[in-house]
This record gives sequence, structure tokens and C-alpha cells, in this order.
Amino acid sequence: MTQLLLEQALNGLQFGLMLFLLAAGLTLVFGIMDCINLAHGSLYMVGAYFVAAAAQAADSFWIGLGAGVAGAAVLGLLLEVTLFRRLYQRDHLSQVLATFALILIANEAVRLIWGPAPLMLNPPEALAGPVEIGNFFYPAYRLVIIAFGVAVAALLYLLVAKSRVGMWVRAGAANREMTEALGINVRALFTAVFVFGAALCALAGGLLGPLLAVQVGMGESVLILAFVVIIIGGIGSIRGALVGSLIVGTVDTLGRALLPTLLRAMLPADAASTLGPALASILIYLLMAGILFFKPQGLFPSRA
Amino acid sequence: MAFYRPAAWQKPLSLALLCALLALPTGLEALGQEFYIGFATRVLIFALAATSLNLVLGFGGMVSLGHAAFFGTGAYVAAICQQAGIAEALLAFPLAMAAAGLLALAVGAISLRTRGVYFIMITLAFAQMAYYLFVSARAWGGDDGLSLSRRMTLAGFSLASDTALFFAALAALAATMLLFGRLADARFGRALQAIRENETRMEALGYPVFRYRLVAFALGGALAGLAGALLANQTGLASPGLLQWTQSGTLLVMVIIGGVGYLYGGIVGAVVLLMLEETLVGFTEHWHIVLGLLLLGVVLFAPKGVAALFGKRHG
Amino acid sequence: MAEALLEVRRLARRFAAVDALKDVNLAVESGEVHALIGPNGAGKTTFIHHVSGALRPDSGSVHFAGRDVTRLAMHQRVAAGMARSWQITNVFRGLSALDNVALAVQGRADSGSSFRFWRPVKGETAMFDAAQGYLEQVGLQRKADAVAGNLSHGEQRALELAMALATKPQLLLLDEPMAGTGPEESARMVELIEHLARHVTILLVEHDMDAVFRLADRISVLVNGELVCTGTPEEVKNDAGVRRAYLGDHL
Repeated sequence: MTQLLLEQALNGLQFGLMLFLLAAGLTLVFGIMDCINLAHGSLYMVGAYFVAAAAQAADSFWIGLGAGVAGAAVLGLLLEVTLFRRLYQRDHLSQVLATFALILIANEAVRLIWGPAPLMLNPPEALAGPVEIGNFFYPAYRLVIIAFGVAVAALLYLLVAKSRVGMWVRAGAANREMTEALGINVRALFTAVFVFGAALCALAGGLLGPLLAVQVGMGESVLILAFVVIIIGGIGSIRGALVGSLIVGTVDTLGRALLPTLLRAMLPADAASTLGPALASILIYLLMAGILFFKPQGLFPSRA
Repeated sequence: MAFYRPAAWQKPLSLALLCALLALPTGLEALGQEFYIGFATRVLIFALAATSLNLVLGFGGMVSLGHAAFFGTGAYVAAICQQAGIAEALLAFPLAMAAAGLLALAVGAISLRTRGVYFIMITLAFAQMAYYLFVSARAWGGDDGLSLSRRMTLAGFSLASDTALFFAALAALAATMLLFGRLADARFGRALQAIRENETRMEALGYPVFRYRLVAFALGGALAGLAGALLANQTGLASPGLLQWTQSGTLLVMVIIGGVGYLYGGIVGAVVLLMLEETLVGFTEHWHIVLGLLLLGVVLFAPKGVAALFGKRHG
Repeated sequence: MAEALLEVRRLARRFAAVDALKDVNLAVESGEVHALIGPNGAGKTTFIHHVSGALRPDSGSVHFAGRDVTRLAMHQRVAAGMARSWQITNVFRGLSALDNVALAVQGRADSGSSFRFWRPVKGETAMFDAAQGYLEQVGLQRKADAVAGNLSHGEQRALELAMALATKPQLLLLDEPMAGTGPEESARMVELIEHLARHVTILLVEHDMDAVFRLADRISVLVNGELVCTGTPEEVKNDAGVRRAYLGDHL
């Protein structure tokens, strides 16, 4: 039993960290540029496709990952310069609609280019097997994902809290004109934040590709979770995104794994089999509602 | 900002439109194009759904990305009613509206305590939650949805024929537009529009802003539920996909295309979008790209929607 | 001793690391015009926000007409009899002056519920007549149909006042009603406030010292979030602490 728990906990940690990659970029764009981006999930999807396609072409996972992330960064740059820049000043409804349009275009474009069938993305050979932890086995690849997640979290912390760039970004968000008057190119800064977010999305998409399917529409379900993470964590807060992702990742994974069993132990089989999966899938939302009740601005609100 | 005031030609135009619609089924039958009666019904249903969102968004100023949850709930409740033996629409439809309205009340009660981006995302999350509930409910068909073995009856008259359902949908839409029109000019509508414009000012005039928004949100939800019940009858299926946030997005697109805050914005938007879909599908299976580009164009260059191109908000 | 209409006890509020309001105690007697003055950034508008309910204090309480209203939302305080005007004009610029005031009349508890969905507002002559009456009180009766955004600055300030009056308040919170008005419009505003003071208790925040000394029965001085002095205009003028705090300002 403890083995199952440990395994699921690690899965939850891994899932949470990948969610963090998505949520971090999203919360920065929300918090700093005050721009709601529904197409963030599409960046994740397109990133995954780039990685899968590059990995197939180069017959190497790592090259594929690098190339895919780079490609997504370029795409992010193009999108920011042509479209998102115009959206920062617009109202939220316009942002919602424009990014919704992007989702439509992205899903269809991917289908056009790569067809409706999912794309194969294999983990690197060396990591395909399990690793022994204490007295149970855990997939090496998932451990690497966890490592990547922790590394990115550390990097983001350093960047945002300790570096000058991070300070500029926060200043630019708080008062654009003042920051520009100080000689900082806020426009370039915003572009950099966006591109960085896109790269993180692609990284998450590429890393998760071997575990989940690389297919059209994969972005939508994960986008909602990223939103929940940000709602829980507080808009604009990296710390909130991390805490939120870990909470969402573990609760969701553990919930899905344990709840049906738990309910079966407590309720008659019929009720348990209907209630179990239903409760497991909405557990996250109930949690979100609960947190909102006490802290309507999330756990670490960084904006007034 | 000005209070919504319809253009002078609006009343005669809507009456003419109503007459035309009343004659539509006969006309289509005469032309041998009965198929389009079903299409027209679909347009009417989505026009109703989009109009219900227009109340929330256009007049209430609330950007809700979860409206489809109420749409889908209405469909499910209609199907569940039929499953439970209630085949009379005069019973099932109000039940659908009540269920959708209550859900909207619950969602609104929590969501409306938040603002801006939070509100948008929270409505999205709650709608998704409703989706998961219906999808995992095996008693209600799970992934496949819940089907209706046959259409209901309305006051005893069977809705089995396409024409009958068309008139039912038309009646629902016409009644809604009448209510909507009166509401806009009544105390509630004025207060709602003023709140949309400047909520702090209204708060300072003694208006319990939250309550107004909640009522509008719930009313919009109930009307969406009515549309859902009609749709379930038309397609014979209450599918979980109706609750997906992408469906909310589609409704949002209809409202923005038609014109946010214009009384007929929902109708215009539904007509444009569904006809666009119908035409584009013939050209390419990747018509979503065209739609997406068009939508981008509207957002960037014609932000007030199609209806705005035809007239101003008077006053 | 009659209880004060408005009593603020030990109000404190911090924003980040700054103490915006420190242990402020202030009482406004029923029927008086009480002015709140102080250098820029003293916290006067913040104080008004706390009294009206736009902000909640970290500690301390606000009492109005014998009730503790600290926990009440803004619209509840308005229903209890508090009305305010803003430093930066806050009217519905796209609506006519009459419509602006009509909204205020409509929102009043004694006007009946606004949860009416059927009858057009245009038919409510009683409401619009009342609104016209308030416009007359502030001298805007001829501008009833003018779009608020097209009114002169001073007229907009007067319109704000009319809207505040339309809620039939016991206490009027005026936040720099003279802000940005020229000498003529200022003079008219002073006359208006004098006239209103006969029926309503007023808490007035102002920088225009001539107006303050003419209108106020009592003056409180707020400096850096602290109340340094309360008293009659003479007392305040001669207070050493006030002079020190105002260094180089009007006094």
C-alpha cells in the first residue's frame, strides 16, 4: 500500500512540476502584461508536436527536445510581435476571443500538417527502464522529468527574485512609463517574458509527450488545470504557481488513484463506482472553490 | 456609455422578421428544401443561447467562459426528464430552466465575488467541473451522453415533426426577445447597464451590485437551459460536449460577432456563425482556420461586432 | 451630550510598509459642517474611503447614527444615510444629467425595488420629477437633458452633489468639491454647500482654505495619517502644532 502511495505521490510531484512549467509562463503573462491567454495550451501542444517531429527527424529525443523548444520560442516570438502586443491594451473579452481564435487555428493547423492521428514520441533509450528507489521501482524517465521541473523552479526563482532582469520585469509590470523613463526597454522585456513562457510550455509538452499522447486538443485539458493552479496560487506569483501546481498535481493524481478504492471501502459497490471517478475528477475544482472561499485572490496574491 | 436604445427601424424589422419566420417552414416545404427547417431550428436554438449570454456579457458586463455549462445542463435535464417518464415539454422545459438557473446561481454566488481575469477563469473552471460530473455519471450515459428516445410533446402537440419543433423554438426565442427588450428599459436593465459602466459609483448610490449581477447571471443561465432543452429534443441527444468550455467559447464568439450589448446581437451572431459554418464546411474540412482568422479580424478591426456596422447605440 | 452622527474610533490602516492612517479619532456632530484638512498625502481621501466603506481598516471602528458600520458594505452604509462625492468627478459621462440623478433616486430604498423587469423606466414620472428637483437644488435645472460629459467641470461637480443629495443622506462626505474649479464656480459651490448645510451634516475635505474657514463649524487636521488637532477655525488657526505641520502651506 505504501508503495502505491509513494509511487502515486511521485507521479503527482512529476505532474505538478510539469504543470508548474505551464502555470509559470501563464501567471507571468497574466500578472505582468495583464493579458489572458487561452492559447497557452496550444503553445504546449505545438511545442510537443515540434519536439516529436524533430525527435523523429533527428532520431534522438534530446535533440528533438532542444529543437522543439527552440522552435516554440521562435513561434512565441512571432505571435507576440504580431498579435499579443496589440492585445495588452485591450479589454479581457477581446483577449479571450483573440486567443480562442488562436486555439481554433492552432488545432486545425496541426491537424492539417501532421494529420489527426497522434504522433509518436519515445523517451530516450537510456531512460526507458525503471530505477530502484529503496524497495520499489520507479520509471527513470519520470525521475528525469522531476529533475527538470526542480531545475526550472530554481532557475525561475533566481531570475525573478534575485536577478536584475526579474526586477525590471516586476517594475515594468508595476509602472510601465516610469520603467521606460529609466531607460529599460519594457516592450522587449514583455516579449522576452512571453517567449520564455512559450519555451516552458514546449519543454513541458516535450517532456510529457512520451507519457501522454501528442495529439490535437491535448492543450485544452491541461490549460484548465493551469488556470486552476493560478487561481489557487494567485495571479502573477511564481511562488503561488509552484505551490499551486504541486497541490493540484498531487491532489489530482492521488485523488484519482485512491478515491475510488477509498469509496469502495465505505459505500456500496454501485454508489462507489459512480461516485468514485466523478468525485476524483472534480476534486481539484472543489479544492479550488474551497480555497477561494477563504482567499478569493489565491494563496499568494501579488497584485492589489 | 449610454443606455441601450433600439434604433427606430428595429421594431418594424423584428415584426417583419417574425412574420417571415412564421412562413418559413411552409416556404421551405414548397421549395422542397425541408432539410433546412432543421437547420433553421438549430439557428434559433443557438440564437437563444447566445442571447442568454448577451444578457450576462453584453448588458451585465460579465465575461463568463462557463455559460455552456448551463446550456448543457438544460439538455441533460430534458433528457433525464424523458428518461423518468416526463414527456411533456411544459413540465420538462421549466425544470430544465430551473436546474440551469440554480446551477448558475450557485456558480455565480462564488464567482461573482471575484473580478477581471479571476472571474473569467473561475467560471471556466466551474463549467469544466460540471462537464466532468456529467461525463463520469454512468447513469447518464457517461462519455456518450444521454439520448432521448423521441421528442417531447408541447401542450399535447408532438414535437416529432421538424416544423413543430421549429415553431416551439421560435416561440421560445420570441418570448425571450420580448422579455429582454422590456428588461433593458426597465429598472433592472438600467441598473445593470450602469453597473457594467461603473460599479463603484452604483455601489455608492446604494445599489447592492453583487445581487444585480447574480440575478442577471442566473437569468442568463436559465435561458441557456431552455435552449439546451430544445437542442436535446432536436438532436435527440444530451452530449457532455455541450458543457465543454470550447462550447462556451463558441457562444462567446457568436455574441461578439453579433455585437455585444445590442439586443439582437445574439441572434445576428448565431445566424452569421452557423451559416458561415454551413458554407465553409462545403469548401474545406479545415474551416476552423478560416473561422479563427475571421474572429481575429473581428477582434482586431471590428471590435463592436457586425451589428455595430449597421447602426449605433443610440442615446 | 448628544451622540455624534459619525464617530471614527482608533482607525488604522497600512498599505504595504506605509501607515496611511494611524489611530485616528474623529467625531462629526449632527448638523455641523466639519472640515478635514491637511497637506497632500496626509491620508484625507483614504480616510473618506474608510468612512464610506470603500476600504476596510486594519483596526478601529466606524460608527454612524449609533450603529457600528465597520463591517458594512458601501451600499449598506449608503442605505443607512451616508453619501459621498469624489475628488475626481465620477458621473456617468454618457448619460444625461437627469438620468444620472434618476439613477440615484432609483437606488434609494424608499423608491421601491429595482428588481423590476417589465415596466419601462421612462414611465416613472415621479422618479424623474424628484431627479429634476435635485438638479434644481444645485442649479442645474436647465441642463437636465445635457449629456454629463459635455458639462463644464464645475457643473459636473454640481451634478455629483445632486446625485449624492438624491440618496437623501444624513451625512454628506465631500471629497474636494472645489477641486479644479475656477473662482466663479468655486464661489457657487461654496454657496451651494452653505445652503445644503442647513439640512445635512457635512464632512468636507478641502484644500481651498477660504472656503474651509467660511464653511466649517469645526476643523480637523490630518498630517501623515495622524490627527494633530480638532477644533473651531480659530483654535486650529492658532494651534502651534498645526502651523508646524503645515510648514509653508496656506496657514
